[in-house]
Amino acid sequence: MASRQYELVYILPPDTTEQQVTDLHGQLEQVVSRMSGAIERHESWGRRKLAYEIAHHKEGVYVLEVINGPGELMKELDRRLRVMDMVMRHTIVRVDEEKQVVDRTRTKRQSNSERRRVKRGLPPVRQPGEGRSRDAEDEDNVYSGLEIGPDEGA
Amino acid sequence: MAFGQGRSGGARGKAGDKKTGEKGQAQRRPMFRRRKVCKFCADKIDDINYKDVKLLTPFVPERGKILPRRISGTCAMHQRKLQTAIKRARQLALVPYVTE
Repeated sequence: MASRQYELVYILPPDTTEQQVTDLHGQLEQVVSRMSGAIERHESWGRRKLAYEIAHHKEGVYVLEVINGPGELMKELDRRLRVMDMVMRHTIVRVDEEKQVVDRTRTKRQSNSERRRVKRGLPPVRQPGEGRSRDAEDEDNVYSGLEIGPDEGA
Repeated sequence: MAFGQGRSGGARGKAGDKKTGEKGQAQRRPMFRRRKVCKFCADKIDDINYKDVKLLTPFVPERGKILPRRISGTCAMHQRKLQTAIKRARQLALVPYVTE
């Protein structure tokens, strides 16, 4: 079976230093590599305002890690993050399946449009200046207000 | 995540009854309503991601509730995806649960 991909986002208190963030990242990396996983991407969003207070903090440092590995690894990471006092909040989301679906629909749509365009004798990719502009579509929407809803007809 | 679905269905039915009762008899002229289009279908957004706060905020009005389908015009599939995305974003304090 292909390996699973997970996204881990955690929030640290606003007064954490760069050093602490890298330390924590190193700790997590150790666990990941020990359990035959790999961190694909590491991204720090920096300080962000929280939508609501968490542990009396109004801001937080967000860090995102994209991890490839088995489910047991994520279970272990989840357990460790729960115990750490420094981490205010964390979430793990499995993303590989959704990513596949998104890629599939995207390629399908593109190939369909190319096929149709070729059939109509057009070049497969849309040319600049072709078709209606955004404004024209908006005007069209105003007109289609004529439509009567199902409950008025009764 | 299925919470809240049954409730929204019931509310919609009630609102519809009320409208025919008041508007249908008082004024016979058909109501003009702008056709609503699902934003995600129209813009061809495949991926409704919980990290994309800019995409989600228009569907979370001031109070913090998720905007219902009957108002936003989102199609059923995308509303479902939007719902999970908003709920995930709420856990991470990117989007509020409630605001006073």
